[in-house]
Amino acid sequence: MKIKVGASSCGIAAGANSLIEILESDYSNISTEITGCIGLCYLEPIIDIYDEDDNLFRHVKVTPNDLKEIIENPKSEKTLIKKEDEDILNRQTRIVTENYGYINPEKMEDYLNAGGYKAIGKCVKNLTPKDIIEEMKIAGLRGRGGAGFPTWFKWNAALNSKNEKKYIVCNADEGDPGAFMDRSVLEGDPHRLIEGMMIAGYAIEADEGIVYVRAEYPLAIKRLQKAINDARNYGLLGKNVFGIEGYNFDIRIKAGAGAFVCGEETALIASLEGERGMPRLKPPFPAQKGYLGLPTNINNVETLANVPWIINHGASKFASFGTETSKGAKLFALTGKVKKGGLVEIPMGMTLREVIFELGGGIKNDLEFKGVQMGGPSGGCLPKEMLDLPIDYESITKTGAIIGSGGMVVMDETNCMVNMAKFFLEFTCDESCGKCTYCRVGNKRMLEILTRITEGKGKLSDLDLLEELAIKVKEGSLCGLGQTAPNPILTTLKYFKDEYLEHIEEKKCVSGTCKDLIHYIINPEKCVGCTLCSRVCPVGAIDGKVKETHFINEDLCIKCGKCYDTCKFDAIYID
Amino acid sequence: MCCEDLKEEIEISEEQYLKIDEILNMYQDPEGNLISILQKIQSELNYIPKVVISYISEKTKIYESKIFGVVTFYSQFRMAPIGENLIMLCQGTACHVNGSEKIGETIKEYLNIDVGETTDDNLFTYTNVACLGCCSLAPVMMIGDKTYGNLTTDKVKEILKTIQKKN
Ligand SMILES: Cc1cc2nc3c(=O)[nH]c(=O)nc-3n(C[C@H](O)[C@H](O)[C@H](O)COP(=O)(O)O)c2cc1C
Ligand code: SF4
Ligand code: FES
Repeated sequence: MKIKVGASSCGIAAGANSLIEILESDYSNISTEITGCIGLCYLEPIIDIYDEDDNLFRHVKVTPNDLKEIIENPKSEKTLIKKEDEDILNRQTRIVTENYGYINPEKMEDYLNAGGYKAIGKCVKNLTPKDIIEEMKIAGLRGRGGAGFPTWFKWNAALNSKNEKKYIVCNADEGDPGAFMDRSVLEGDPHRLIEGMMIAGYAIEADEGIVYVRAEYPLAIKRLQKAINDARNYGLLGKNVFGIEGYNFDIRIKAGAGAFVCGEETALIASLEGERGMPRLKPPFPAQKGYLGLPTNINNVETLANVPWIINHGASKFASFGTETSKGAKLFALTGKVKKGGLVEIPMGMTLREVIFELGGGIKNDLEFKGVQMGGPSGGCLPKEMLDLPIDYESITKTGAIIGSGGMVVMDETNCMVNMAKFFLEFTCDESCGKCTYCRVGNKRMLEILTRITEGKGKLSDLDLLEELAIKVKEGSLCGLGQTAPNPILTTLKYFKDEYLEHIEEKKCVSGTCKDLIHYIINPEKCVGCTLCSRVCPVGAIDGKVKETHFINEDLCIKCGKCYDTCKFDAIYID
Repeated sequence: MCCEDLKEEIEISEEQYLKIDEILNMYQDPEGNLISILQKIQSELNYIPKVVISYISEKTKIYESKIFGVVTFYSQFRMAPIGENLIMLCQGTACHVNGSEKIGETIKEYLNIDVGETTDDNLFTYTNVACLGCCSLAPVMMIGDKTYGNLTTDKVKEILKTIQKKN
C-alpha cells in the first residue's frame, strides 16, 4: 500500500499536515508521500491510497478520524471521491498539471521517472536554438502572464540580440489577487519550471536564469530552492551541463517584497536590480536592454512550464488543442461564489458556462449567477449574457475584459458590481507606483466618484465623468497597470449600468452590500421576541421586550449586520 | 508609515549589529542586492529600525534616501516592530467576494486594534495582504506561517482565542 497526500498550500491550509503527521507516526510501515494540488481545492484534504495492485482510491475531505477506516478499507464509501467530482478532472486537458497528484515535488527522481528532463536532453542533442523557436511558433504558445504575446517572437528577439551574457527571467510574481496557477506549478512540479527555463535559456543562448517569486509564497520558494539544489547536484544546472563542454546554465531565486507593479516586466527588472519597482518606457525592450542592461527574456511560470511538454509531444500536438488563434490549454483559478472552486486546465475555446457551471458546479447555495471577473484588476466583469462565449484571447478581449493570467472570480446576486469596481480601484490606487499623473491622480479621482456613488451621494453626471476619466487614464499611463486600471469600471458600466443607476437615482443597493444604502428591518410576522438580536447589537439600536416584536432604531444602527447573522428565525431582512 | 514611528530612536544591540555586518558581507554588490539585504535584516530584527538604515548607508555608501525609498516602496518592509503573531488577512478578490471585510471587522473588534496596529500585550499585529494563493478556501488568513481557510466570524475568534490561551 502507498499513500499520497495533496500538500500544496491549499491542502495544508485545509489540514493536510496533521494527516501526514498521523500517517508518519502511526502508520510508519506505509509509504507516505506528498504531492501537488490536483485542483479540486474544495475537496481538500485529499488522500490517494494505492492498494497492493496499484489501484487508486481517492479520498476527499479526510479528517484525522477517517484515516483508520480508509487505510483498513480503501474502498470505504464515506470519503471516497464521487464520480461527478472525478469527472471534473477527466474533462480537462492536463499539460502543465500532468504530474500533479502523481509525483512528489520535493523528489527529483519522481520527475525524472515521469520523463522529466528528457525535453532539454532532446534540445541540446538534436535541436538548434532556431529549431526550438520554430517549434514554439508551430505550437502557437502565447504568454500566459497576461498579455498573450507569442512566445516564439520574444525568444527570437532575444536570440538575435547578440551578447556574451544574457538572462532568462521567470516572472513568478503572480500579482492578480485571486489567482494561484503559478503557485501550483512552483509547489507541485518545480522541476518542470526549471526544465522550461533551461530550454528557454538554450533557445536564446542565455547562461543564467532568475526566478522572481512573490513574497507571499514561502512554500513555493522552499520547494523551488530544493529543486534547484537537487538539479545542481545532479549536474543538470551549473557548468558543463550534460557533460557538454562550455554548456553552462544556472538558476537562482529572488524573492519579491510585495508590490503588484513589480509583475510588469520593466519594473520587475528594476526590482531585481535592487531599486524601487518603477516601470520604464519601452523600447528599449528587455530583449535589447534588460537586467543590468543586458539582453533579457521574461516569461511567466505557466508559459515556461508548457515548454517541456511541447518539446516532448510535438508542437502540432499542442496546437491541436484550443482554437485557431489561441492554442493549447490554459490554467484557470476558479474561485468566488462557485460550488467547486479550484484549479482547472482547460483547452482554449471552452465556454465560460462549461467552466463555471460544469467544472465549477454552479453557484454556491444555488443563488443567481451575476458576473465573472476575468483578468483581475486589469480585467473586466462579464455578465450572464456572455456565458456562452468561448474562452480565447480574441473573444474575451473583445468584451473589454482580458484572459489575463487566469483568475476567474465568480460573483452572485449578493455581490454589488459598483462595490466590485471600487474594490479593484482601491487595489490599483494602492499599487500605482506614482510615476504617471493619470495613474496616480486620475485613479484616485475615479475612486472618489465610485465611493460617493456607493454612499448614495452620486449624481447622474458622475457616470459620464467616470467614463471620460477612464479613457484619459488609459491613454495617459505608461505601463499596463495604469492602462488597464479603468477596465473594471468600464466593463461594469457597460454590462451593469442598471446597478449604477439604482445606486444614484433610487439610492438602492439591491445586493445588500453598500452599507449606506441598506436598512435592516425586523419582520413582525417572524420575530418571536427571543431578544438575541438586541443582545448582539453593539450599539444598542434594537428595542423590544421578551416574547414581543423587536424594532431597529435606524438612527442608531451602524449596519454591521450582526443581528441579521444571528437571528435564528430569519426575521431580519435587508431592504 | 507614520512619522511618529520614525521619531523614536531605537537602539539595537551589539550582537544585532554584528549580524547586520554578516549579512552585508554576504554581498559583493550591496546596491544591486539591497532588497535581499533588507529582507534578511528584517527577518533577523523583525523590522527595519531607522538607525539600521543609517548604518547600512554608512557601511555601503548607498544613499540613505535610496534605502528609505526602497523600504517604503515595498509593502513587505516595516519600520516599526510587530507583535509575536502577525495576522495577515487576505483582502484579495476571491476573499473579498466571500466576505473578508467582515472577518477584518471581527479581528479589529476582538483585538481592539486597527489595521497595522499591535495589541497592548504585544501578542498580535494585524495587517491585510492582497492574496495568499489559497483563493479556493476564501476567506483566508495567515498567522505566522500557518494558513487558515474557510473563515467565519466565529472561527476567526476561536483561532485568536486559542493562541491567546497558549500564552
Ligand atoms: C501591472 C502589471 C502586473 C503584471 N503582473 C504579472 C505577474 O504577476 N506575472 C506575470 O507573469 N506577468 C505579469 N505581468 C505581465 C508581464 O509584464 C509580462 O508581460 C509577462 O511576464 C511576460 O511573460 P509571458 O510572455 O510568458 O506572459 C504584469 C503586467 C503588468 C502591467
Ligand atoms: S501607469 Fe501607474 S504604475 Fe505604471 S508607471 Fe505609470 S504610475 Fe507607475
Ligand atoms: S484572494 Fe484571498 S487567498 Fe487569494
